[in-house]
Amino acid sequence: MSSSTGASLADELPDPDGRPPLRGDGAGTGRRGDRLFAGAATGSGLIVIAMVVLVGLFLLFQAIPAIGEDKVNFLTSRQWQVSARKFGIVQMLWTTVATSVVALVIAVPFAVAIALFLTQYAPKWLSGAAASLIDLLAAVPSIVYGLWGYFIVAPKFEHVQSWISDVFGWIPLFDRVGGVGGGTTIFLAGIVLSIMVLPIVTALTREVFNQAPMAHREAALALGATKWEMIRTAVLPFGKTGIISATMLGLGRALGETVAVLYILSSLPEGSKWTWSLFNGGDTFASKIANSASEFTPGLGTGAYVAAGLVLFVLTFLVNALARVVIERKKAFTE
Amino acid sequence: MSIDTKEIAPAPTGDLGGLAQGRSGLRTLKNSIAGVVIWGAFLIALIPLGWILWTVLSRGLSPMLDATWWQKDQSGVGAPGFDHNVRGARHAIVGTLMIALGTSVIAIPIAVMTAIYLVEYGRGGAARAISFMVDILSGVPSIVAGLFIYAIWVTFFGWQLNGFGSSLALVLLMVPVVCRSTEEMLKLVPNELREASYALGVPKWKTIVKVVLPTSFSGIVTGSLLGFARVAGETAPLLILAQYSQFLNQNLFSGNIAALPTLINTNLPNMAGDPVSADRVWGAACTLILLVLVINLIGRLIGHFTKVKG
Amino acid sequence: MGKRIDVKDLNVFYSDFKAVEGVTMTVEPRSVTAFIGPSGCGKSTFLRTLNRMHEVTPGGRVEGKVMLDDEDLYAASVDPVAVRRTVGMVFQRPNPFPTMSIRDNVIAGLRLNGVKNKKVLDQKVEESLVGANLWNEVKDRLSKPGAGLSGGQQQRLCIARAIAVEPQVLLMDEPCSALDPISTLAIEDLVTQLKEQFTIVIVTHNMQQAARVSDRTAFFNLEATGKPGNLIEMDDTQQIFNNPSKKATEDYISGRFG
Repeated sequence: MSSSTGASLADELPDPDGRPPLRGDGAGTGRRGDRLFAGAATGSGLIVIAMVVLVGLFLLFQAIPAIGEDKVNFLTSRQWQVSARKFGIVQMLWTTVATSVVALVIAVPFAVAIALFLTQYAPKWLSGAAASLIDLLAAVPSIVYGLWGYFIVAPKFEHVQSWISDVFGWIPLFDRVGGVGGGTTIFLAGIVLSIMVLPIVTALTREVFNQAPMAHREAALALGATKWEMIRTAVLPFGKTGIISATMLGLGRALGETVAVLYILSSLPEGSKWTWSLFNGGDTFASKIANSASEFTPGLGTGAYVAAGLVLFVLTFLVNALARVVIERKKAFTE
Repeated sequence: MSIDTKEIAPAPTGDLGGLAQGRSGLRTLKNSIAGVVIWGAFLIALIPLGWILWTVLSRGLSPMLDATWWQKDQSGVGAPGFDHNVRGARHAIVGTLMIALGTSVIAIPIAVMTAIYLVEYGRGGAARAISFMVDILSGVPSIVAGLFIYAIWVTFFGWQLNGFGSSLALVLLMVPVVCRSTEEMLKLVPNELREASYALGVPKWKTIVKVVLPTSFSGIVTGSLLGFARVAGETAPLLILAQYSQFLNQNLFSGNIAALPTLINTNLPNMAGDPVSADRVWGAACTLILLVLVINLIGRLIGHFTKVKG
Repeated sequence: MGKRIDVKDLNVFYSDFKAVEGVTMTVEPRSVTAFIGPSGCGKSTFLRTLNRMHEVTPGGRVEGKVMLDDEDLYAASVDPVAVRRTVGMVFQRPNPFPTMSIRDNVIAGLRLNGVKNKKVLDQKVEESLVGANLWNEVKDRLSKPGAGLSGGQQQRLCIARAIAVEPQVLLMDEPCSALDPISTLAIEDLVTQLKEQFTIVIVTHNMQQAARVSDRTAFFNLEATGKPGNLIEMDDTQQIFNNPSKKATEDYISGRFG
């Protein structure tokens, strides 16, 4: 360009007329840069895949020798005595599932109600701040939940628990258990876990409620429905799959939560009696591993804990994958 | 977007009297009960939040306000001839920040590049697989991440544990957090900006680096800060991987290193009847929660005040 | 400067869908060529093949030839990125980079392609903004964000940005459709001015606009939805508007459909 100001790109661009050639090796136009950058992006994605695969493989390969030496059945025995080569996971599996189920039974109704509050009831000025407050619950480190649960809540919960046993003790779940003092039971661990998973379940549920079609809501209201009837006919059915997948994700979190459970839940002495009661102590997979971490020595002992970790990994993998499938299905329907 | 349905709800006021009476009393009652229950659920959920904050602040603030808390480690504690009442937590605060920084240095590039792959490059099966794995990774329990690094680091390679091992375990937990939030931010960048850049003859990678990333920069910072906060407060992998030390260790790659969670865990058994240990535990809990909340808050504020403008 | 474009038997596909079929045309250098036609007739799609922007959409590809003077834009050795430096584009909605100032927006193309000399860049800012009739309005606030300008000013900023890289051809995809009438006039004046230096192709829905600014007009149509778009006829603008040779063109221009 012969410009009036005399400025030209001629000195700046490689070609003498100041025109980059259309042909060439592409070095000037960044084809090489494109390849490198795309390679780095793809590589990072592959690292993510590799992380998950490696977690599975490493745990598997180090668990196998220990399971091979197991003197009891890994999947059906209640005995976990590492020094005696007895690795049975039943007690841990029960405690893990029981604490998590208690957590979700409490958290899900609350989360649904809070999500309704945030999307349908809260005035606009409050809604954003209220959602942030709920999110703050997720920011509190789990070790703090553990300290709070053990030192502050457990002594108070002991009375509540005792009262429940008095009234509902005839139900096996609420049977009184001797030897586990101070309210440090599966039930309390479940309650604290429910607070910890509440934000994630709420956030996901809120998202689907927000997507409930305005037209349906208005149609319901136009038919003379009360607000609650509108919610029951136009919002809740729409959010059903969302609630299910949110529950699964919450369950995934609860199954793997470690320190809060470690601090709150009393370990059971070896050889204690089996009971269905939620007022029992115990160890989850996670808390058992954490509790024994200081005694890890390379070898079969550690291998047993790795095997327990593998079971936990598989459990959370399945639960999370299922949640994902539910979400994908839902997307396929709405799109 | 939240839609305020109150504005379109028919109001059963006087001038609609006839209509309002058309509703049976039972329906109105149910409606009111539902409102009360839903408001109640929200208010009840705030109780633990307030209770936890009150517990930690009321017990942990006073040791924190002492200058020694920030200036001293606990060297000498336990040895004869030393002051056993040192409440310093400098070693643990520095350790926590160093481990989390080490994590961030590795995790943020991987997470951001993965998000770039998913939004800018990924198509079909590969993208779906990676996206699925990010979800799975976000569900991996932190204790499993710790166990995994232990299985590699100690059992497989036979190396000595150090702070960097903890950082590596936390990478697994940080990547999905940062990746997901970066992905959301990149999706918000209007396609028109990418096209404008391509039309100027700018190659794709420069378009991403110079146009797409700067436009979503604050969002990525927010995501990274939230990820940082998450791993700074994480305890479980440290119980396996970080051998506690009462000395200040400024080398992430050698020797035992303290962190606030392991400081708590170490002093916990001595708490009964030892006010100094109790101070250390609650002080560390308070420091940790404030650190995490402040970083979280900064991240959210950045996200709030610098939204992407199309 | 300003090069001739020769298109021969061009088919445009998105994956398996054929969007445009069998276009052959010549665009004269240093003139304004307008593409008109009903929505979905493929005129914008075709426009985007002239600088290979359609390849940005996954699955976008062509069959046939597009020659820029004597170079085939789709030859195997040609880099699409280099093509876009030679054939610039202005879009429907003004899209200045939100993170950049007015000045940085104008020289974004140069900077991102590695020009660093401050003197050259400064001169280029003034020259391009003068060229886009925007200099007088923004010369006192070059460091302010480009997003703060009015819609019409933003669009002229985008034109300045496009001409700053000194392209041979400037493609404009309905550049006024998001603007008010006054801003539209300013852009049309600018187009008439720019054809002194550039070959200009403009897609428009506004037939008066095509009549006002263009030297040649091409009418695109499609038989039915789902069928590919075709070039119906192309002629001097006067001829197309006063005495089109095809019935479909006459129907469209006289407002009988579309």
